[in-house]
Amino acid sequence: MKTENQKAWFFVLPVLALVAFNALIPMMTVVNYSVQETFGDNVFFWQGLDWFQQILRSDRFHAALGRQFLFTFLILIIEVPLGIAIALSMPRKGFWVPVCLVLMALPMLIPWNVVGAMWNIFTLPDIGLLGYFLNHVLGINYDMTQDPVAAWVTIVTMDVWHWTSLVVLLSYAGLVSIPDAYYQAAKIDGASNWAVFRFIQLPKMKTVLTIAILLRFMDSFNIYTEPFVLTGGGPGNSTTLLSIDLVKIALGQFDLGPAAAMSLIYFAITLLVSWLFYTLMTKDDLN
Amino acid sequence: MQKRSIVPIVYILFLMLPIYWLVAMSFKTTNEILSGFSLFPQTFTLDNYATIFTDPSWYWGYINSIAYVSINTVISIAVALPAAYAFSRYRFLGDKQLFFWLLTNRMAPAAVFALPFFQLYSAVELFDTHLAVALAHCLFNIPLAVWILEGFMGGIPKELDETAFVDGYSFPRFFATIFIPSIKAGVGVAAFFCFMFSWVELLLAKTLTAVAAKPIAATMTKTASSAGYELGLLAAAGTLTIIPGAIVIWFVRNYIAKGFAMGRV
Repeated sequence: MKTENQKAWFFVLPVLALVAFNALIPMMTVVNYSVQETFGDNVFFWQGLDWFQQILRSDRFHAALGRQFLFTFLILIIEVPLGIAIALSMPRKGFWVPVCLVLMALPMLIPWNVVGAMWNIFTLPDIGLLGYFLNHVLGINYDMTQDPVAAWVTIVTMDVWHWTSLVVLLSYAGLVSIPDAYYQAAKIDGASNWAVFRFIQLPKMKTVLTIAILLRFMDSFNIYTEPFVLTGGGPGNSTTLLSIDLVKIALGQFDLGPAAAMSLIYFAITLLVSWLFYTLMTKDDLN
Repeated sequence: MQKRSIVPIVYILFLMLPIYWLVAMSFKTTNEILSGFSLFPQTFTLDNYATIFTDPSWYWGYINSIAYVSINTVISIAVALPAAYAFSRYRFLGDKQLFFWLLTNRMAPAAVFALPFFQLYSAVELFDTHLAVALAHCLFNIPLAVWILEGFMGGIPKELDETAFVDGYSFPRFFATIFIPSIKAGVGVAAFFCFMFSWVELLLAKTLTAVAAKPIAATMTKTASSAGYELGLLAAAGTLTIIPGAIVIWFVRNYIAKGFAMGRV
Protein backbone atom coordinates (compact mmCIF):
# COMPACT_ATOMS: atom_id res chain seq x y z
CA MET A 1 0.00 0.00 0.00
CA LYS A 2 1.13 3.52 -0.71
CA THR A 3 1.62 5.74 2.31
CA GLU A 4 0.21 9.23 2.48
CA ASN A 5 2.98 11.81 2.31
CA GLN A 6 2.36 15.39 1.21
CA LYS A 7 6.10 16.02 1.02
CA ALA A 8 6.08 13.88 -2.13
CA TRP A 9 5.04 17.09 -3.87
CA PHE A 10 8.66 18.24 -3.66
CA PHE A 11 9.66 15.26 -5.83
CA VAL A 12 7.12 16.23 -8.46
CA LEU A 13 7.92 19.93 -8.41
CA PRO A 14 10.65 19.96 -11.13
CA VAL A 15 8.43 17.99 -13.51
CA LEU A 16 5.51 20.25 -12.74
CA ALA A 17 7.56 23.40 -13.32
CA LEU A 18 9.02 22.26 -16.66
CA VAL A 19 5.81 20.89 -18.11
CA ALA A 20 3.75 23.84 -16.87
CA PHE A 21 6.23 26.26 -18.46
CA ASN A 22 5.85 24.46 -21.78
CA ALA A 23 2.13 23.74 -21.58
CA LEU A 24 0.37 26.49 -19.65
CA ILE A 25 2.06 29.60 -21.06
CA PRO A 26 1.61 28.63 -24.73
CA MET A 27 -1.90 27.42 -23.98
CA MET A 28 -2.79 30.79 -22.42
CA THR A 29 -1.36 32.51 -25.51
CA VAL A 30 -3.62 30.39 -27.68
CA VAL A 31 -6.65 31.13 -25.51
CA ASN A 32 -5.77 34.81 -25.65
CA TYR A 33 -5.62 34.83 -29.45
CA SER A 34 -8.80 32.82 -29.77
CA VAL A 35 -10.99 35.58 -28.31
CA GLN A 36 -9.38 38.57 -30.04
CA GLU A 37 -8.98 40.12 -33.45
CA THR A 38 -5.81 41.83 -34.60
CA PHE A 39 -4.89 44.01 -37.57
CA GLY A 40 -1.18 43.76 -36.83
CA ASP A 41 1.04 46.11 -34.76
CA ASN A 42 0.04 44.19 -31.64
CA VAL A 43 -3.31 45.97 -31.46
CA PHE A 44 -6.00 43.56 -30.34
CA PHE A 45 -9.79 43.81 -30.14
CA TRP A 46 -12.07 41.69 -28.02
CA GLN A 47 -13.88 39.24 -30.23
CA GLY A 48 -15.68 36.99 -27.77
CA LEU A 49 -16.58 33.54 -29.04
CA ASP A 50 -17.02 34.61 -32.68
CA TRP A 51 -13.99 32.66 -33.92
CA PHE A 52 -15.28 29.49 -32.28
CA GLN A 53 -18.67 29.88 -33.95
CA GLN A 54 -17.04 30.65 -37.26
CA ILE A 55 -14.78 27.56 -37.10
CA LEU A 56 -17.51 25.22 -35.89
CA ARG A 57 -19.75 26.29 -38.76
CA SER A 58 -17.13 26.34 -41.51
CA ASP A 59 -17.28 23.68 -44.20
CA ARG A 60 -13.51 23.75 -44.48
CA PHE A 61 -13.12 22.66 -40.84
CA HIS A 62 -15.77 19.94 -41.21
CA ALA A 63 -14.02 18.59 -44.30
CA ALA A 64 -10.60 18.54 -42.62
CA LEU A 65 -12.07 16.92 -39.50
CA GLY A 66 -13.80 14.29 -41.67
CA ARG A 67 -10.55 13.48 -43.47
CA GLN A 68 -8.76 13.29 -40.14
CA PHE A 69 -11.25 10.80 -38.69
CA LEU A 70 -11.15 8.73 -41.89
CA PHE A 71 -7.35 8.61 -41.78
CA THR A 72 -7.20 7.65 -38.11
CA PHE A 73 -9.95 5.05 -38.56
CA LEU A 74 -8.18 3.46 -41.54
CA ILE A 75 -4.78 3.21 -39.89
CA LEU A 76 -6.25 1.81 -36.66
CA ILE A 77 -8.24 -0.97 -38.35
CA ILE A 78 -5.18 -1.94 -40.39
CA GLU A 79 -2.38 -1.52 -37.87
CA VAL A 80 -3.95 -3.10 -34.79
CA PRO A 81 -5.00 -6.51 -36.25
CA LEU A 82 -1.87 -6.64 -38.43
CA GLY A 83 0.36 -5.85 -35.45
CA ILE A 84 -1.29 -8.55 -33.33
CA ALA A 85 -0.98 -11.11 -36.14
CA ILE A 86 2.72 -10.37 -36.61
CA ALA A 87 3.40 -10.51 -32.86
CA LEU A 88 1.64 -13.90 -32.65
CA SER A 89 3.78 -15.38 -35.42
CA MET A 90 7.11 -14.14 -34.02
CA PRO A 91 9.46 -16.62 -32.38
CA ARG A 92 9.38 -16.40 -28.55
CA LYS A 93 13.07 -16.93 -27.91
CA GLY A 94 16.35 -17.48 -29.68
CA PHE A 95 18.87 -15.62 -31.80
CA TRP A 96 16.32 -14.14 -34.21
CA VAL A 97 14.22 -12.35 -31.60
CA PRO A 98 16.50 -9.30 -31.03
CA VAL A 99 17.27 -9.13 -34.77
CA CYS A 100 13.54 -9.03 -35.60
CA LEU A 101 12.83 -6.45 -32.91
CA VAL A 102 15.65 -4.13 -34.02
CA LEU A 103 14.69 -4.32 -37.70
CA MET A 104 11.02 -3.78 -36.89
CA ALA A 105 11.70 -0.79 -34.66
CA LEU A 106 13.89 0.90 -37.26
CA PRO A 107 11.13 2.85 -39.10
CA MET A 108 10.04 4.45 -35.81
CA LEU A 109 13.49 5.97 -35.32
CA ILE A 110 13.63 7.82 -38.61
CA PRO A 111 12.89 11.58 -38.40
CA TRP A 112 9.38 12.24 -39.61
CA ASN A 113 10.27 14.46 -42.51
CA VAL A 114 12.84 11.89 -43.68
CA VAL A 115 9.99 9.35 -43.64
CA GLY A 116 8.00 11.67 -45.89
CA ALA A 117 10.97 12.33 -48.18
CA MET A 118 11.81 8.63 -48.30
CA TRP A 119 8.30 7.69 -49.39
CA ASN A 120 8.35 10.49 -51.90
CA ILE A 121 11.50 9.05 -53.49
CA PHE A 122 10.05 5.54 -53.22
CA THR A 123 6.82 6.39 -55.03
CA LEU A 124 8.03 8.72 -57.82
CA PRO A 125 6.22 7.40 -60.93
CA ASP A 126 9.21 6.82 -63.20
CA ILE A 127 12.24 6.63 -60.94
CA GLY A 128 10.92 5.36 -57.60
CA LEU A 129 10.97 1.65 -56.83
CA LEU A 130 7.26 1.37 -56.01
CA GLY A 131 6.16 3.95 -58.59
CA TYR A 132 8.15 2.24 -61.35
CA PHE A 133 6.89 -1.20 -60.37
CA LEU A 134 3.23 -0.13 -60.35
CA ASN A 135 3.39 1.91 -63.55
CA HIS A 136 5.72 -0.12 -65.72
CA VAL A 137 5.57 -3.68 -64.43
CA LEU A 138 1.95 -3.99 -63.31
CA GLY A 139 0.71 -1.34 -65.73
CA ILE A 140 -1.38 0.48 -63.12
CA ASN A 141 -1.62 4.19 -63.73
CA TYR A 142 -0.21 5.50 -60.47
CA ASP A 143 0.67 9.12 -59.74
CA MET A 144 -0.18 10.44 -56.32
CA THR A 145 0.33 14.07 -57.29
CA GLN A 146 -2.61 13.75 -59.68
CA ASP A 147 -4.92 11.15 -58.19
CA PRO A 148 -6.50 11.67 -54.73
CA VAL A 149 -7.13 7.93 -54.29
CA ALA A 150 -3.47 7.13 -54.98
CA ALA A 151 -2.45 9.88 -52.54
CA TRP A 152 -4.67 8.37 -49.83
CA VAL A 153 -3.43 4.84 -50.44
CA THR A 154 0.13 6.16 -50.22
CA ILE A 155 -0.25 8.09 -46.92
CA VAL A 156 -2.10 5.17 -45.30
CA THR A 157 0.55 2.68 -46.51
CA MET A 158 3.26 5.01 -45.25
CA ASP A 159 1.68 5.17 -41.80
CA VAL A 160 1.25 1.38 -41.71
CA TRP A 161 4.92 1.07 -42.65
CA HIS A 162 5.92 3.63 -40.04
CA TRP A 163 3.90 2.61 -36.97
CA THR A 164 2.63 -1.00 -37.16
CA SER A 165 5.82 -2.00 -35.36
CA LEU A 166 4.68 -0.11 -32.26
CA VAL A 167 1.64 -2.40 -32.03
CA VAL A 168 3.88 -5.42 -32.72
CA LEU A 169 6.38 -4.50 -29.98
CA LEU A 170 3.71 -3.83 -27.38
CA SER A 171 1.67 -6.96 -28.22
CA TYR A 172 4.83 -9.03 -28.24
CA ALA A 173 5.72 -7.71 -24.77
CA GLY A 174 2.31 -8.89 -23.59
CA LEU A 175 2.75 -12.30 -25.19
CA VAL A 176 6.18 -13.09 -23.73
CA SER A 177 4.85 -12.36 -20.24
CA ILE A 178 2.47 -15.38 -20.46
CA PRO A 179 3.91 -18.32 -18.47
CA ASP A 180 4.36 -21.60 -20.38
CA ALA A 181 2.09 -23.34 -17.88
CA TYR A 182 -0.93 -21.55 -19.39
CA TYR A 183 -0.22 -23.05 -22.81
CA GLN A 184 0.35 -26.53 -21.35
CA ALA A 185 -2.97 -26.33 -19.49
CA ALA A 186 -4.71 -25.26 -22.71
CA LYS A 187 -3.11 -28.17 -24.55
CA ILE A 188 -4.34 -30.68 -21.97
CA ASP A 189 -7.85 -29.22 -22.26
CA GLY A 190 -7.61 -29.67 -26.04
CA ALA A 191 -8.18 -25.96 -26.66
CA SER A 192 -8.18 -24.79 -30.29
CA ASN A 193 -5.79 -22.10 -31.51
CA TRP A 194 -8.67 -19.65 -31.53
CA ALA A 195 -9.57 -20.52 -27.93
CA VAL A 196 -5.96 -20.05 -26.85
CA PHE A 197 -5.93 -16.65 -28.54
CA ARG A 198 -9.33 -15.58 -27.23
CA PHE A 199 -9.02 -16.71 -23.62
CA ILE A 200 -5.29 -16.65 -22.88
CA GLN A 201 -3.39 -14.40 -25.24
CA LEU A 202 -5.89 -11.59 -25.83
CA PRO A 203 -6.65 -10.95 -22.13
CA LYS A 204 -2.91 -10.84 -21.39
CA MET A 205 -2.36 -8.35 -24.20
CA LYS A 206 -5.22 -6.12 -23.13
CA THR A 207 -3.24 -3.57 -21.11
CA VAL A 208 -0.53 -3.14 -23.71
CA LEU A 209 -3.10 -3.02 -26.50
CA THR A 210 -4.89 -0.21 -24.67
CA ILE A 211 -1.60 1.70 -24.57
CA ALA A 212 -0.92 0.90 -28.24
CA ILE A 213 -4.37 1.99 -29.45
CA LEU A 214 -4.30 5.17 -27.36
CA LEU A 215 -0.81 6.11 -28.60
CA ARG A 216 -1.72 5.34 -32.19
CA PHE A 217 -4.93 7.34 -31.89
CA MET A 218 -3.26 10.41 -30.40
CA ASP A 219 -0.28 10.38 -32.74
CA SER A 220 -2.25 9.73 -35.92
CA PHE A 221 -4.77 12.39 -34.96
CA ASN A 222 -1.94 14.90 -34.54
CA ILE A 223 0.04 13.78 -37.60
CA TYR A 224 1.57 16.62 -39.57
CA THR A 225 5.09 16.25 -40.92
CA GLU A 226 4.93 12.97 -42.88
CA PRO A 227 1.85 13.71 -45.03
CA PHE A 228 2.93 17.34 -45.38
CA VAL A 229 6.30 16.36 -46.84
CA LEU A 230 4.81 13.55 -48.95
CA THR A 231 1.74 15.18 -50.48
CA GLY A 232 1.69 18.75 -49.13
CA GLY A 233 -2.02 18.16 -48.45
CA GLY A 234 -2.75 17.60 -52.14
CA PRO A 235 -3.76 16.95 -54.79
CA GLY A 236 -6.14 19.84 -54.15
CA ASN A 237 -7.15 19.52 -50.51
CA SER A 238 -7.67 15.77 -50.63
CA THR A 239 -5.03 14.89 -48.00
CA THR A 240 -5.20 18.10 -45.96
CA LEU A 241 -5.55 16.65 -42.49
CA LEU A 242 -6.39 18.77 -39.44
CA SER A 243 -2.83 19.74 -38.47
CA ILE A 244 -1.92 20.64 -42.05
CA ASP A 245 -4.99 22.83 -42.34
CA LEU A 246 -4.23 24.44 -38.98
CA VAL A 247 -0.68 25.35 -39.96
CA LYS A 248 -1.96 26.73 -43.28
CA ILE A 249 -4.33 29.05 -41.43
CA ALA A 250 -1.92 30.04 -38.66
CA LEU A 251 1.39 30.48 -40.49
CA GLY A 252 0.25 30.63 -44.13
CA GLN A 253 -2.55 33.17 -43.86
CA PHE A 254 -1.54 34.45 -40.41
CA ASP A 255 -5.16 34.37 -39.23
CA LEU A 256 -4.20 33.99 -35.59
CA GLY A 257 -7.68 34.25 -34.08
CA PRO A 258 -9.38 31.52 -36.12
CA ALA A 259 -6.24 29.34 -35.93
CA ALA A 260 -6.18 29.63 -32.13
CA ALA A 261 -9.90 28.82 -31.86
CA MET A 262 -9.37 25.85 -34.16
CA SER A 263 -6.41 24.68 -32.03
CA LEU A 264 -8.55 24.64 -28.90
CA ILE A 265 -11.41 22.79 -30.60
CA TYR A 266 -8.89 20.34 -32.06
CA PHE A 267 -7.27 19.72 -28.67
CA ALA A 268 -10.68 19.29 -27.03
CA ILE A 269 -11.68 16.65 -29.60
CA THR A 270 -8.40 14.75 -29.09
CA LEU A 271 -8.87 14.80 -25.31
CA LEU A 272 -12.50 13.72 -25.52
CA VAL A 273 -11.90 10.80 -27.89
CA SER A 274 -8.83 9.64 -25.93
CA TRP A 275 -10.86 9.74 -22.73
CA LEU A 276 -13.70 7.77 -24.38
CA PHE A 277 -11.26 5.14 -25.68
CA TYR A 278 -9.61 4.87 -22.30
CA THR A 279 -12.88 4.53 -20.36
CA LEU A 280 -14.32 1.97 -22.78
CA MET A 281 -11.19 -0.15 -22.83
CA THR A 282 -10.67 -0.18 -19.06
CA LYS A 283 -14.36 -0.50 -18.15
CA ASP A 284 -14.19 -4.28 -17.59
CA ASP A 285 -11.32 -3.92 -15.14
CA LEU A 286 -13.39 -1.75 -12.86
CA ASN A 287 -16.37 -4.12 -12.69
CA MET B 1 6.74 -23.34 -36.71
CA GLN B 2 8.58 -22.81 -40.01
CA LYS B 3 5.41 -21.83 -41.84
CA ARG B 4 4.61 -19.21 -39.23
CA SER B 5 7.89 -17.37 -39.65
CA ILE B 6 6.82 -16.33 -43.19
CA VAL B 7 4.70 -13.53 -41.68
CA PRO B 8 7.51 -11.67 -39.85
CA ILE B 9 9.87 -12.21 -42.79
CA VAL B 10 7.43 -10.71 -45.30
CA TYR B 11 6.71 -7.84 -42.89
CA ILE B 12 10.41 -7.07 -42.41
CA LEU B 13 10.96 -7.16 -46.19
CA PHE B 14 8.14 -4.64 -46.57
CA LEU B 15 9.81 -2.43 -43.95
CA MET B 16 13.22 -2.66 -45.59
CA LEU B 17 12.16 -1.83 -49.18
CA PRO B 18 11.78 1.97 -48.81
CA ILE B 19 14.93 2.05 -46.66
CA TYR B 20 16.85 0.09 -49.31
CA TRP B 21 15.66 2.53 -51.94
CA LEU B 22 16.82 5.53 -49.88
CA VAL B 23 20.26 3.97 -49.34
CA ALA B 24 20.57 2.93 -53.01
CA MET B 25 19.66 6.47 -54.14
CA SER B 26 22.33 7.94 -51.87
CA PHE B 27 25.04 6.12 -53.84
CA LYS B 28 23.79 7.29 -57.25
CA THR B 29 24.77 10.40 -59.15
CA THR B 30 22.05 12.98 -59.82
CA ASN B 31 22.35 12.20 -63.53
CA GLU B 32 21.72 8.53 -63.00
CA ILE B 33 18.71 9.17 -60.78
CA LEU B 34 17.04 11.51 -63.25
CA SER B 35 17.94 9.56 -66.37
CA GLY B 36 15.82 6.54 -65.50
CA PHE B 37 15.13 3.53 -63.33
CA SER B 38 17.91 1.29 -62.03
CA LEU B 39 17.57 -1.22 -59.22
CA PHE B 40 21.23 -0.93 -58.14
CA PRO B 41 23.56 2.08 -58.43
CA GLN B 42 25.25 1.77 -61.87
CA THR B 43 27.92 4.39 -61.30
CA PHE B 44 28.60 3.94 -57.60
CA THR B 45 29.55 7.26 -56.01
CA LEU B 46 30.37 8.60 -52.56
CA ASP B 47 30.10 12.24 -53.69
CA ASN B 48 26.81 12.79 -51.89
CA TYR B 49 28.35 11.76 -48.57
CA ALA B 50 31.52 13.74 -49.29
CA THR B 51 29.40 16.88 -49.76
CA ILE B 52 27.69 16.36 -46.42
CA PHE B 53 30.88 15.72 -44.47
CA THR B 54 32.73 18.70 -45.93
CA ASP B 55 29.99 21.34 -45.90
CA PRO B 56 29.55 22.87 -42.41
CA SER B 57 25.90 23.77 -43.01
CA TRP B 58 25.26 20.01 -43.42
CA TYR B 59 27.35 18.43 -40.72
CA TRP B 60 26.50 21.10 -38.15
CA GLY B 61 22.91 19.99 -38.60
CA TYR B 62 23.87 16.58 -37.21
CA ILE B 63 25.80 18.05 -34.32
CA ASN B 64 22.87 20.33 -33.47
CA SER B 65 20.36 17.49 -33.56
CA ILE B 66 22.49 15.23 -31.40
CA ALA B 67 23.16 18.10 -28.96
CA TYR B 68 19.53 18.97 -28.24
CA VAL B 69 18.40 15.34 -28.21
CA SER B 70 21.07 14.49 -25.60
CA ILE B 71 20.25 17.53 -23.43
CA ASN B 72 16.56 16.65 -23.62
CA THR B 73 17.12 13.01 -22.65
CA VAL B 74 19.26 13.98 -19.64
CA ILE B 75 16.79 16.63 -18.39
CA SER B 76 13.75 14.39 -18.93
CA ILE B 77 15.20 11.41 -17.06
CA ALA B 78 16.70 13.54 -14.27
CA VAL B 79 13.41 15.21 -13.35
CA ALA B 80 11.22 12.19 -14.13
CA LEU B 81 13.08 9.87 -11.71
CA PRO B 82 12.06 11.55 -8.42
CA ALA B 83 8.57 12.31 -9.76
CA ALA B 84 8.01 8.70 -10.79
CA TYR B 85 9.23 7.61 -7.35
CA ALA B 86 6.69 9.91 -5.69
CA PHE B 87 3.85 8.57 -7.88
CA SER B 88 4.79 4.93 -7.29
CA ARG B 89 5.38 5.15 -3.50
CA TYR B 90 3.18 7.87 -2.03
CA ARG B 91 -0.34 9.17 -2.01
CA PHE B 92 -0.56 12.94 -1.97
CA LEU B 93 -3.12 15.63 -2.60
CA GLY B 94 -4.04 15.71 -6.30
CA ASP B 95 -1.71 12.91 -7.36
CA LYS B 96 -4.13 11.22 -9.77
CA GLN B 97 -5.22 14.51 -11.33
CA LEU B 98 -1.60 15.55 -11.78
CA PHE B 99 -0.69 12.24 -13.44
CA PHE B 100 -3.58 12.54 -15.89
CA TRP B 101 -2.77 16.18 -16.63
CA LEU B 102 0.82 15.17 -17.43
CA LEU B 103 -0.44 12.57 -19.89
CA THR B 104 -2.79 15.03 -21.63
CA ASN B 105 0.26 16.95 -22.79
CA ARG B 106 1.12 13.94 -24.90
CA MET B 107 -2.18 14.55 -26.73
CA ALA B 108 -1.62 18.18 -27.66
CA PRO B 109 -0.97 18.54 -31.39
CA ALA B 110 2.48 20.07 -31.90
CA ALA B 111 0.99 22.25 -34.63
CA VAL B 112 -1.12 23.95 -31.94
CA PHE B 113 1.95 24.98 -29.98
CA ALA B 114 4.28 26.01 -32.80
CA LEU B 115 3.56 29.72 -32.85
CA PRO B 116 3.16 30.30 -29.07
CA PHE B 117 6.40 28.36 -28.52
CA PHE B 118 8.20 30.65 -30.90
CA GLN B 119 6.95 33.68 -28.97
CA LEU B 120 7.65 32.16 -25.56
CA TYR B 121 11.23 31.16 -26.33
CA SER B 122 11.91 34.46 -28.07
CA ALA B 123 10.66 36.26 -24.96
CA VAL B 124 13.01 34.36 -22.64
CA GLU B 125 15.83 34.89 -25.17
CA LEU B 126 16.49 31.23 -25.78
CA PHE B 127 15.42 31.28 -29.43
CA ASP B 128 17.86 29.42 -31.73
CA THR B 129 19.67 27.61 -28.91
CA HIS B 130 19.95 23.87 -28.26
CA LEU B 131 18.44 24.41 -24.83
CA ALA B 132 15.24 25.85 -26.32
CA VAL B 133 14.54 22.74 -28.39
CA ALA B 134 15.56 20.45 -25.53
CA LEU B 135 13.19 22.23 -23.12
CA ALA B 136 10.34 22.32 -25.65
CA HIS B 137 10.62 18.58 -26.25
CA CYS B 138 10.24 18.08 -22.49
CA LEU B 139 6.55 18.82 -23.06
CA PHE B 140 5.92 15.33 -24.43
CA ASN B 141 9.01 13.45 -23.21
CA ILE B 142 8.73 14.11 -19.46
CA PRO B 143 5.17 12.72 -19.20
CA LEU B 144 6.26 9.65 -21.16
CA ALA B 145 9.38 9.15 -19.00
CA VAL B 146 7.37 9.50 -15.78
CA TRP B 147 4.82 7.00 -17.09
CA ILE B 148 7.42 4.37 -18.08
CA LEU B 149 9.56 4.79 -14.94
CA GLU B 150 6.53 4.67 -12.64
CA GLY B 151 5.62 1.31 -14.16
CA PHE B 152 9.10 -0.09 -13.54
CA MET B 153 9.27 1.27 -9.99
CA GLY B 154 5.90 -0.32 -9.20
CA GLY B 155 7.58 -3.70 -9.83
CA ILE B 156 10.18 -3.09 -7.07
CA PRO B 157 8.86 -4.19 -3.67
CA LYS B 158 8.55 -1.48 -1.06
CA GLU B 159 10.53 -3.63 1.39
CA LEU B 160 13.68 -2.64 -0.50
CA ASP B 161 13.21 1.00 0.55
CA GLU B 162 12.29 0.12 4.12
CA THR B 163 15.25 -2.23 4.63
CA ALA B 164 17.66 0.40 3.33
CA PHE B 165 16.28 3.08 5.66
CA VAL B 166 16.49 0.69 8.62
CA ASP B 167 20.12 0.04 7.66
CA GLY B 168 20.72 3.77 8.02
CA TYR B 169 20.86 4.86 4.40
CA SER B 170 19.92 8.49 3.80
CA PHE B 171 17.32 9.01 1.08
CA PRO B 172 19.67 10.48 -1.57
CA ARG B 173 22.23 7.72 -0.97
CA PHE B 174 19.57 4.99 -1.13
CA PHE B 175 18.09 6.50 -4.29
CA ALA B 176 21.40 6.84 -6.12
CA THR B 177 23.20 3.67 -5.03
CA ILE B 178 20.40 1.12 -4.55
CA PHE B 179 17.17 2.22 -6.17
CA ILE B 180 18.33 3.54 -9.55
CA PRO B 181 20.61 0.54 -10.23
CA SER B 182 17.70 -1.80 -9.53
CA ILE B 183 15.55 -0.16 -12.23
CA LYS B 184 18.31 0.43 -14.74
CA ALA B 185 16.39 -1.45 -17.45
CA GLY B 186 13.55 1.02 -16.95
CA VAL B 187 15.93 3.98 -17.16
CA GLY B 188 17.29 2.50 -20.40
CA VAL B 189 13.82 2.08 -21.92
CA ALA B 190 12.71 5.56 -20.83
CA ALA B 191 15.92 7.13 -22.18
CA PHE B 192 15.42 5.26 -25.45
CA PHE B 193 11.90 6.65 -25.89
CA CYS B 194 13.01 10.19 -24.98
CA PHE B 195 15.83 9.95 -27.51
CA MET B 196 13.49 8.56 -30.14
CA PHE B 197 10.70 11.14 -29.84
CA SER B 198 13.14 14.05 -29.64
CA TRP B 199 15.16 12.77 -32.61
CA VAL B 200 12.18 12.30 -34.92
CA GLU B 201 10.27 15.50 -34.03
CA LEU B 202 10.78 18.31 -36.49
CA LEU B 203 7.96 20.84 -36.33
CA LEU B 204 8.94 22.36 -32.96
CA ALA B 205 12.67 21.92 -33.55
CA LYS B 206 12.36 23.83 -36.80
CA THR B 207 10.15 26.54 -35.31
CA LEU B 208 12.57 27.23 -32.46
CA THR B 209 15.77 27.47 -34.48
CA ALA B 210 17.12 29.65 -37.26
CA VAL B 211 20.82 29.14 -37.86
CA ALA B 212 22.88 28.29 -34.79
CA ALA B 213 20.90 25.29 -33.56
CA LYS B 214 19.18 24.14 -36.74
CA PRO B 215 18.50 20.37 -36.83
CA ILE B 216 19.69 18.20 -39.70
CA ALA B 217 16.13 17.37 -40.73
CA ALA B 218 15.41 21.07 -41.25
CA THR B 219 18.58 21.51 -43.30
CA MET B 220 17.23 18.77 -45.54
CA THR B 221 13.90 20.45 -46.25
CA LYS B 222 15.65 23.69 -47.07
CA THR B 223 18.13 22.08 -49.45
CA ALA B 224 15.37 20.09 -51.10
CA SER B 225 13.58 23.26 -52.13
CA SER B 226 16.48 25.63 -52.82
CA ALA B 227 18.87 23.37 -54.67
CA GLY B 228 16.16 21.94 -56.86
CA TYR B 229 16.24 18.25 -57.49
CA GLU B 230 19.32 16.99 -55.65
CA LEU B 231 17.73 13.69 -54.73
CA GLY B 232 21.05 11.90 -54.21
CA LEU B 233 22.16 14.42 -51.61
CA LEU B 234 18.77 14.30 -49.92
CA ALA B 235 18.92 10.49 -49.82
CA ALA B 236 22.43 10.53 -48.33
CA ALA B 237 21.37 12.97 -45.60
CA GLY B 238 18.29 10.84 -44.90
CA THR B 239 20.38 7.67 -44.68
CA LEU B 240 22.67 9.32 -42.14
CA THR B 241 19.70 10.26 -39.93
CA ILE B 242 18.80 6.58 -39.60
CA ILE B 243 22.17 5.63 -38.11
CA PRO B 244 21.96 7.20 -34.60
CA GLY B 245 18.55 5.58 -34.05
CA ALA B 246 19.85 2.22 -35.23
CA ILE B 247 22.79 2.42 -32.80
CA VAL B 248 20.62 3.38 -29.85
CA ILE B 249 18.10 0.63 -30.51
CA TRP B 250 20.85 -1.98 -30.77
CA PHE B 251 21.92 -1.10 -27.21
CA VAL B 252 18.45 -1.54 -25.73
CA ARG B 253 17.39 -4.48 -27.93
CA ASN B 254 17.09 -6.90 -25.03
CA TYR B 255 15.07 -4.48 -22.92
CA ILE B 256 12.54 -3.36 -25.53
CA ALA B 257 10.13 -6.29 -25.27
CA LYS B 258 11.02 -7.17 -21.69
CA GLY B 259 10.86 -3.52 -20.71
CA PHE B 260 7.25 -3.10 -21.64
CA ALA B 261 6.38 -6.43 -20.09
CA MET B 262 7.94 -5.48 -16.74
CA GLY B 263 6.54 -2.03 -16.86
CA ARG B 264 2.88 -2.16 -17.57
CA VAL B 265 1.58 -5.62 -18.30
